[in-house]
Amino acid sequence: MKAPSFAYAKPRSLEEVFVLLRRTDDAKVLAGGQTLLATLNMRLSSPAVLVDITGVPGLAGIGVRERALRIGALTRHREIERSPEVAEHAPLLALAAPHIAHVAIRNAGTIGGSLAHADPAAEWPACCLALDAHIVIASRSGERRVKARDFFKGLFETALGEGELIAAVEFPLLGAGYRSVFLELARRSGDYAIVGVAAAAKPAGGALSDLRLAFLGAGATPILARNAMAAAEGQQASPDTIAAAERALEKDLTPIGDLNASPATKLHLARVLCARALARLAA
Amino acid sequence: MNARAELPLHAPGTQVDKGYIGQSVPRPNAKRLLQGRGAFVDDLRFPRLAHVVFFRSPHAHAKVKKLDLTKAARQPGVIACFDGRAVAEYCTPWVAVLGHLKGIKSAAQYAIAIERACWQGEAVAAIVAETREQGEDALAHVVAEWEELPVVTDMEDALSNRYVIHPDLGDNVCFKRELDTGGVDDVFAKADVVVEETYLFGRHTGVCLEPRAILADYNAAEHSLTVYHSTQAPNMMQDIFSRHLGIPEANVRVICKDVGGSYGIKVHVYADEMATAAISVMLRRPVKFIADRLESFLTDIHAREHKATVRLACTRSGEILAFDLDDLTAIGPYSVYPRTSGIEGNQVVNLTGGPYKHQKYRAKMHVVFTNKNLTCQYRAVGHPIAVALTEGIVDLAAAKIGMDPAEFRRRNLIADDAYPYTFPSGIKFEKLSHHKCLDRLLALIDYKGLRAEQAELRKTGVQRGIGLAAMIEVTNPSPAFYGVGGARISAQDGATLRLEPTGMVTVLCSVTEQGQGTEGIFAQIAASALGVTMDKVRVITGDTAVTPYGGGTWASRGAGIGGEAVLQAGRALRSNILDIAAVVLEMDKAELDIVNNEIVNRLSLESKLALAELGRIAYFRPDTLPVKFQAELTVTRHYTPREYGFTFTNGIQASYVEVDPDTGFVKLLKHWCVEDCGTLINPMLVDEQIRGGVVQGIGAALFEECVYDDAGQLLNGTLADYLVPMSGEMPDIVVAHVETPTKQSQLGAKGAGEAGTAGAPGAVMNAINDALVPFGARVTAQPFTPERILKALNKV
Amino acid sequence: MEATIQTTITVNGAAVTRAVPARQHLIDFLRETLGLNGSHVGCEHGVCGACTIRVDGEIVRGCLILAVQAHGRKVDTIEGLSDSGEIADLQECFHQHNALQCGFCTPGMLLAAHDLMRTKPRATREEIREYMAGNYCRCTGYHAIVDAIEEALARRGQVARARAGAKT
Repeated sequence: MKAPSFAYAKPRSLEEVFVLLRRTDDAKVLAGGQTLLATLNMRLSSPAVLVDITGVPGLAGIGVRERALRIGALTRHREIERSPEVAEHAPLLALAAPHIAHVAIRNAGTIGGSLAHADPAAEWPACCLALDAHIVIASRSGERRVKARDFFKGLFETALGEGELIAAVEFPLLGAGYRSVFLELARRSGDYAIVGVAAAAKPAGGALSDLRLAFLGAGATPILARNAMAAAEGQQASPDTIAAAERALEKDLTPIGDLNASPATKLHLARVLCARALARLAA
Repeated sequence: MNARAELPLHAPGTQVDKGYIGQSVPRPNAKRLLQGRGAFVDDLRFPRLAHVVFFRSPHAHAKVKKLDLTKAARQPGVIACFDGRAVAEYCTPWVAVLGHLKGIKSAAQYAIAIERACWQGEAVAAIVAETREQGEDALAHVVAEWEELPVVTDMEDALSNRYVIHPDLGDNVCFKRELDTGGVDDVFAKADVVVEETYLFGRHTGVCLEPRAILADYNAAEHSLTVYHSTQAPNMMQDIFSRHLGIPEANVRVICKDVGGSYGIKVHVYADEMATAAISVMLRRPVKFIADRLESFLTDIHAREHKATVRLACTRSGEILAFDLDDLTAIGPYSVYPRTSGIEGNQVVNLTGGPYKHQKYRAKMHVVFTNKNLTCQYRAVGHPIAVALTEGIVDLAAAKIGMDPAEFRRRNLIADDAYPYTFPSGIKFEKLSHHKCLDRLLALIDYKGLRAEQAELRKTGVQRGIGLAAMIEVTNPSPAFYGVGGARISAQDGATLRLEPTGMVTVLCSVTEQGQGTEGIFAQIAASALGVTMDKVRVITGDTAVTPYGGGTWASRGAGIGGEAVLQAGRALRSNILDIAAVVLEMDKAELDIVNNEIVNRLSLESKLALAELGRIAYFRPDTLPVKFQAELTVTRHYTPREYGFTFTNGIQASYVEVDPDTGFVKLLKHWCVEDCGTLINPMLVDEQIRGGVVQGIGAALFEECVYDDAGQLLNGTLADYLVPMSGEMPDIVVAHVETPTKQSQLGAKGAGEAGTAGAPGAVMNAINDALVPFGARVTAQPFTPERILKALNKV
Repeated sequence: MEATIQTTITVNGAAVTRAVPARQHLIDFLRETLGLNGSHVGCEHGVCGACTIRVDGEIVRGCLILAVQAHGRKVDTIEGLSDSGEIADLQECFHQHNALQCGFCTPGMLLAAHDLMRTKPRATREEIREYMAGNYCRCTGYHAIVDAIEEALARRGQVARARAGAKT
């Protein structure tokens, strides 16, 4: 399983990146490479040139800026897992990180790569929905920001256009008083989720307020389960409320069957996780 | 007083000086592996080494209408391209049948398919290049046109002969077997209790971490072929390369360096490996083929695709009267050479009901061809099937009469004093210890405690289950397995022991090493037999030019057969050494012994002569020895088990699980195995073999399945999609032993390598079903995925 | 001839410069170009862990890194870690517990175990299993590997405590 031939370039600046991308429409961006290189080794793809963007400054790092936690696209999963700023301001990410593959993959893979690839069963896309993040996109024309909730368009399809790169992800600071829960069902530790949920809420007097439930593995994209959220918003996490949220999920989710589970099984599992997430948020 | 000088300690019933036997000595040959300094086939470097890649059929069944290799041949780095016809001029085809499997039939298989591909992944052309990369690049330039043919994937569809894959054979049945003690219908008609269940076993595969690897080096000047091969049976391969490539046997040398796991996968003949050897002959240069992981999933043998319906008749007091089995198994389009693909099903017939004392048995078994990958023997062969269906139906019967499953087994296990015993299927047991093992197991797991814990936790909605699986296991086979059918597969093995001038000992043995510890235990046995310390011993295996002729590794025979040959050679060499010592010291041989590398006075233990000094004299100063005396410091002995066709072992496993009834997920809390494999040479190595085997069995029970669609396309042929067990989900595995040595050998060792895999799926299945009892649900199709459990619970 | 890129990598402490095809992954570079056969290829899609090596102090899948991406970086393989003695205690524990059989997974397993010991010196048995869950072994069933790592952690803990005690 040897990769096909390709040319390799390692630009030193974003400008250089865009020049290279414009030069050929058969270029692929190389960041962490944990998905791309496996794809190439299996000869599922044969780009003419790999543009390695890991040498471009300013695309990595975690910091709080203007009431948002900004995580550069080239930040490795492992850095997010270990970051004190993440633990403080976006603990959901710290809960999700250990589910991403294994340590060796997390040392190399990047959040930008994961979001651009947009696997519906991946952890970061769902977290971005749950935390109402903004994806910062860079191109020759400058920067634009897209809400995560508008970024994931279809199966492996995002709002990224030709010649565009993810530069960073910005997470509104999740204030004190919020609880985060991340639950995932996978056949083995580190496998892609069969189904998972990234959840957050502010328990106030036993009721869940500003509830977010974002599901992974339950459709062609990560899905913010608005109907389920509405059924439980502002409510106590009573058996009736939880049951209502579970029922509402049918309107939110469009699971795709695979070797592990049929759509019906995935819906069932999503309901189970929904109930568990709500119970934990309220506990 | 030195313990070794006391009258020899005996393992119960054996006649052996214990020495290192019974000690958990770390393996000397593990050191190089710990430093990454082993030598696997892909590590070897040769001048002018060429790499072969294969153009493989994308279709499960298709005629090759057009195959044009000219463009591929012009690609950078390409040395040559060959189709099936070209290779057939150098390598004759084979038909995998054996005389003792009555009626078995198969079609001729070529090193590279000619005219027709019969499974997705079958090679129809070979490209030889300077590098693997260039070979793979050239594949894209092969021009092929196919005429797709009907595809047979379902086993019942195959049996119906709706479409016959090999018209010349008449139907899709490779092999069928029927066995009937008589009186079965009568027993079932009159029995108090009859239970019936159908079990499905998903096709799965070995997934050796080192993929299949072969490097063939033909020397045109000598018409000789040296093959570095990741295989378990070098002499078998020597014979096959010789006969099919037309090279005299003595000109073929097969060398096994380090082998990265095999588990039976690497004991078979693979067409692409034969093609590689042929291509070396054709090109007169060394050629290497390493299967990549995608190729491995498509072409490494698969195993264990069965649908088995079993009935059990018993009295209301729980006495088993009869088993009735109907088993159907799907193999690939060819029986695999040379052991045939009929053996696995044959074993299921032989072993069903194995631990139990019933007299009536009927079995019907069909092996059918399909257009999926070839299947053949894989660790534990038919045992996982036979044990799971037996132990599953036994649990069902126990539940039906309201009896505890351990108690039900106790009533029916063959008594420990009932031996020798002939089983309804005709197999003979020398001596087993089912009851001792059951007692030991129930104590080990604290059965009563677990049941109490299970009951307590059920009250809080936590569903735990305990599953038992008793088993018998074939080991140390005689020629009854293959030789009697005409296969040139050796069931005997030999060991040569040589004392070197400096007092070191070299052991050459025909059994091979793939990590189980063969070389370690041979060093232990040789050192013990001779009276030297282990650091003086070096072991060489896996080189047909150097080691005695023998069978290699399969059917858990290394310790019992190879070990016995080493022991006997060791004892003979010891005698020869003492002969020399007697003349050198001018003493009576009976007064002497060898202890800790020294010739000593047997009673006083006074050292009389260092072995190194004896070696110096024997090799460099024989002029100082009596004129008629010739020192013989190299001894070879061979051993074949003769009294019993197969030396059976027995054991029993327990699995403790927790099932989440909302998600269908199974958590393996713990696993136990009590195993009786006779004399334990190195308990640590035996335990580790059992643990590894158990986890392979768990893989089959919970995770592993080769999934094909109706078009015969393998859907999950990557390590991301085919789920092998990883450390996160595996339980701790406790192993304990009972030792009932075989009397057929001095060593008394039976085999141990496959027992873990034989019993684990049945134990896990029974544990899951035990956990599901409150829901009235049962699962019977492996692997027991969360979805299948949810379906049984009517949740989806 | 395929185009190549001049690449300098520090491998086991020594800088090496070679002309490398862009598509060659780091494991193939180590094995084929430098003859360091200790790191193994098991799947080439990043799942089995046989290719686990250390780059700039962190474990990675060598099959999912291009050799040219390792330009200017520090690579440590099983050979280097063995010769320096850095993992001698871990190797000894593996040996004593027979935490390897065929040895094909072992270099990757040791690299991962060594990383675990560095980042989680007080790992529980369950945490050991979780950390090692990215390295496939078919032979051992993992129990002995967990035992070996547990013992190695205990030993390092003892050594650390003894050193701390000696300092005061």
